[in-house]
Amino acid sequence: MSGAQLAARRVWGLVYRHLALYRRSWPRLIELMYWPVLQMLVWGFVTAYLAGVQQNTGTVAAGVLLGGVLLWEVALRSQMGFALSFLEEVWSRNLGHLFVSPLRPRELVAGLVVMSTLRMLVGVLPAVGLAWLLYGFGLFALGPVVVLFFAALMMMGWAVALGVTALILRHGAGAEPLAWSVLFGLTPFACVFYPVSTLPVPLQWVASALPAAHVFEGMRAAVLEGRVETGHLLAAFALDGLWLLLLGRVFLGQFEAARRSGALSNIGE
Amino acid sequence: MRNDPVIQAEGLTKRYGDTTAVEGLSFRLPRGATWGLLGGNGAGKSTTIAMLLGLLVPSAGRVTVLGHDMARDRFAALARMNFSSPYVALPHKLSVAENLRVYAHLYGVARAERRIAELAAELHLEDILERPAGQLSAGQKTRVALAKSLINEPELLLLDEPTASLDPDTGDWVRGWLERYRARSGCAILLASHNMAEVERLCGHVLMMKRGQLVAEGSPAELVSGFGRDNLEDVFLDIARGRQAGGEAAA
Repeated sequence: MSGAQLAARRVWGLVYRHLALYRRSWPRLIELMYWPVLQMLVWGFVTAYLAGVQQNTGTVAAGVLLGGVLLWEVALRSQMGFALSFLEEVWSRNLGHLFVSPLRPRELVAGLVVMSTLRMLVGVLPAVGLAWLLYGFGLFALGPVVVLFFAALMMMGWAVALGVTALILRHGAGAEPLAWSVLFGLTPFACVFYPVSTLPVPLQWVASALPAAHVFEGMRAAVLEGRVETGHLLAAFALDGLWLLLLGRVFLGQFEAARRSGALSNIGE
Repeated sequence: MRNDPVIQAEGLTKRYGDTTAVEGLSFRLPRGATWGLLGGNGAGKSTTIAMLLGLLVPSAGRVTVLGHDMARDRFAALARMNFSSPYVALPHKLSVAENLRVYAHLYGVARAERRIAELAAELHLEDILERPAGQLSAGQKTRVALAKSLINEPELLLLDEPTASLDPDTGDWVRGWLERYRARSGCAILLASHNMAEVERLCGHVLMMKRGQLVAEGSPAELVSGFGRDNLEDVFLDIARGRQAGGEAAA
């Protein structure tokens, strides 16, 4: 086998480990879908109510809200999918075996990215389907640009997860709650439900540094005006690249720091 | 080179701030040999093993494993070695077969299913292959951990207290199996243990550590005779309590 094939096999080994876990635990599978579906149901009824109050003039606004809910779940589930898959290894005290195997840190990251993608799809696609069935909102009716929205938000989720994982390597179990909470804290600046211009000017600068804010500007343009905002899409991907590079370096730096401090062998304790 | 040592440690040192966990440890583990790493709690055995595995970066010194400098090229060595410890778990929710499959992938084992079947037959795991690892007895877990550590047919095996918490019968079976495996495979083994009878039985050479330093080494027979004792346990107690070879109390 070539080096690349061996690397792919190691990544598959890590993915297989998590798939085997899900195969044996249906509550974990249900948990993946639970929040996205619940969020979508609540916001769906809210938008249905608003549309009724406004004598159906709010239909477009409903699309913006539901689209925002569903797409923001893409970022949230991607971030959690990555960070929680790493935490599964901490909780099962398996890291000691993983880190003395030939699995490279970048392959660990690749395996976590694959798991994050699978977990996100399992979590978000049922909610997308339900939004269409219950409220007649078809996210994919926006066209192929939705795939780009998905990709940009997933990349942002991975970047944040790399930062969270670095903090877990640095602070151990004390940093675990960040795996659930950190991206929620960015929600006001991601401008999921309102334009960036709504924010005070200093916060608009914060928002402009987040790929999600550009994605949601693009989504609103697609829903409200039926056009693709290429500038915002490019900005989102450029920022994704920047954040991934930066937080990837932080992760690798923290990984090496943990090898020096001994944290790698007793993480989670 | 077949005569090169499997492990070559030179001045291996690990400090955490003002605390020195291991200081100036040097040794050469030959191919096919079984050596013991002994010492009381806090002597530096686990730190040494972690440095040999590349899990911990030494503060000073150098370690070469299977010809690879662990500071620069550890993954090449890690593919040819393996490790087992009762203190590092395998995922409890996964079955024994799934766990072994995961590590077969991670170590790039060719014909993984055949290798798993071989190990299951050798280590009497056939009946528990589909059982979740978390539902196994201590003895079964030890055998599964051994199977994991042999999945890649390692040239070097690092074992941290392989028979801890096992009943005497199971412990004896594991020791016998390790003896036969080493003889058959030519694998070198470095064994950290608190069980002196186990070390006397398995190890041709013993490294005795205390407070991070190598304080004595030799074959079990040499150590026993050098300290004027009847067995390795008494030698261990002499060292732990600060008595020198020949029974003199340390200053």
